[in-house]
Amino acid sequence: MKILVAVKRVVDYNVKIRIRADGSGVDTAGVKMSMNPFDEIAVEQAVRFKEAGLASEIVIVSIGPVKAQDTLRTALAMGADRGLHVETDVDLEPLGVAKILAELARRETPGLVFLGKQAIDDDANQTGQMVAALLGWGQGMFASKLELSDESVEVECEIDGGLQTLKLPLPCVVSADLRLNEPRYATLPNIMKAKSKPLETLALSAFDFDVSPRLEILTTVEPTPRACGKILASVEDLVEKLKTEAKVI
Amino acid sequence: MRTLILAEHDNGALNDLTLNAVTCAGLLGTVDILVAGSDCKAVATDAACAMGVQTVLWADDARLVHGLAEDLAALLVSLSQDYDVFLAVASSFGKNAMPRVAALLDIQQISDICEVVDANTFKRPIYAGNALQTVRSGETKKVITVRASAFAPTSPSGGSATVKTVSMIDTPKLSTFVSAHLTASDRPDLRSAPVIVSGGRGLGSLENFALLERLADVLGAGIGASRAAVDAGFAPNDYQIGQSGKVVAPDLYIAVGISGAIQHLAGMKDSRIIVAINTDPDAPIFKVADYGLVADLFDVLPKLAEVLEQ
Repeated sequence: MKILVAVKRVVDYNVKIRIRADGSGVDTAGVKMSMNPFDEIAVEQAVRFKEAGLASEIVIVSIGPVKAQDTLRTALAMGADRGLHVETDVDLEPLGVAKILAELARRETPGLVFLGKQAIDDDANQTGQMVAALLGWGQGMFASKLELSDESVEVECEIDGGLQTLKLPLPCVVSADLRLNEPRYATLPNIMKAKSKPLETLALSAFDFDVSPRLEILTTVEPTPRACGKILASVEDLVEKLKTEAKVI
Repeated sequence: MRTLILAEHDNGALNDLTLNAVTCAGLLGTVDILVAGSDCKAVATDAACAMGVQTVLWADDARLVHGLAEDLAALLVSLSQDYDVFLAVASSFGKNAMPRVAALLDIQQISDICEVVDANTFKRPIYAGNALQTVRSGETKKVITVRASAFAPTSPSGGSATVKTVSMIDTPKLSTFVSAHLTASDRPDLRSAPVIVSGGRGLGSLENFALLERLADVLGAGIGASRAAVDAGFAPNDYQIGQSGKVVAPDLYIAVGISGAIQHLAGMKDSRIIVAINTDPDAPIFKVADYGLVADLFDVLPKLAEVLEQ
């Protein structure tokens, strides 16, 4: 079975973002970029399925500027087989991304389309669900455990009240949550090997549908910071403040 | 504009957070609610009593018992002609179903809005709440998920909406419910609790995590956790507060042994009063705290519970 994994290049999760003073957006020039951590978990899981003999080929897709190829190489170094880069400098929205991924899924016919539940930049949490809708496939979102067989997958989903397990016939779309696994670090030999793995670049114009953004971003600003708090000397002080100053108890 | 809210419920009662969504939808115009479930008449009755709701669409069908996204999306789309906006709370339930609706209707969803600027313009947090984006949609129809804590709940009583029965449509079976493991608790739902006591890695173990209970009992609080505490197995996944867990904004949030990674702050920094208890004076949690105690939580927790009990 083939697994198609989508990955996004985002500002590294350890970086404190800089917002442009004119409100025009987040400054990413010269900032450390990495694979979206949730997507990394999806890549890791796909590689584990391959190592367990449950998957035959792992195809990685990334949509973005030329630099997205770095992210694809990272996934190849983790153990994926082949990369697809859809090149664009436009910041696509989840619906546009989902349309491209759905089209690639029609061409590649994987048993599973796999990706992170959200990207840590726009925090939209939409793409997986949208791909499933566009393909008319089932969806198993926020996965914390997966059991894959030839015909179906059981997905344990993290939900607000606890855990819910669903069974989905293949093909289907699954999105990864944090506790599915702990991704490996690519070793130096594997990073070297990844450089010679196939990576195909597709132009956005190769897709005959419109993916231009629907939403206009008017401003991006810093949220109002919280006022500076007080360090108190004792538990009694704290209770006193909560009662008389904050009036919350 | 006419909004249809997808109600969250357990077939027995309407989830309180839907009341927050009604307030948000009310800013856009007329509000209807879709109650889709099985043997869920009580939920439809709840929804009809909520202040500000005009019509309750009630779909009662065995196929809807587990609220699977594929079925809910198909049902919503079948009702879409009469509506301009489709809205749900940005809970795991809403996050699962609404993007599917959006894609089927060829609409770009607006996720997790925290403010309605006007009927087409909304504010939403990005980058774990470190930036606030204002977006305008030029689309004729909209799909929106709402950050419940940013809107006050409408009154659960006093409304008198008409209840209208709608039929579930035939749709291919794309997923099957196998089982659910819901965390049993008598404590208030974290997402609407007025007080939350939350524990982090500093608690050190599952046994120590239970030390939060006495304090939570005195305060009638919900108990939450940081990702580090959940990953370490001190608390179940549904306790997690943060960018990828629950977003809360109680009147009082007490962070115990939580260092305050930005991913955690994303889920709680809109709380009215934040108290931080940590041995490390440089922990980032103190930057958002109104009151801090630089002290050993194992000394503070029993003492705090004791003083409050008096």
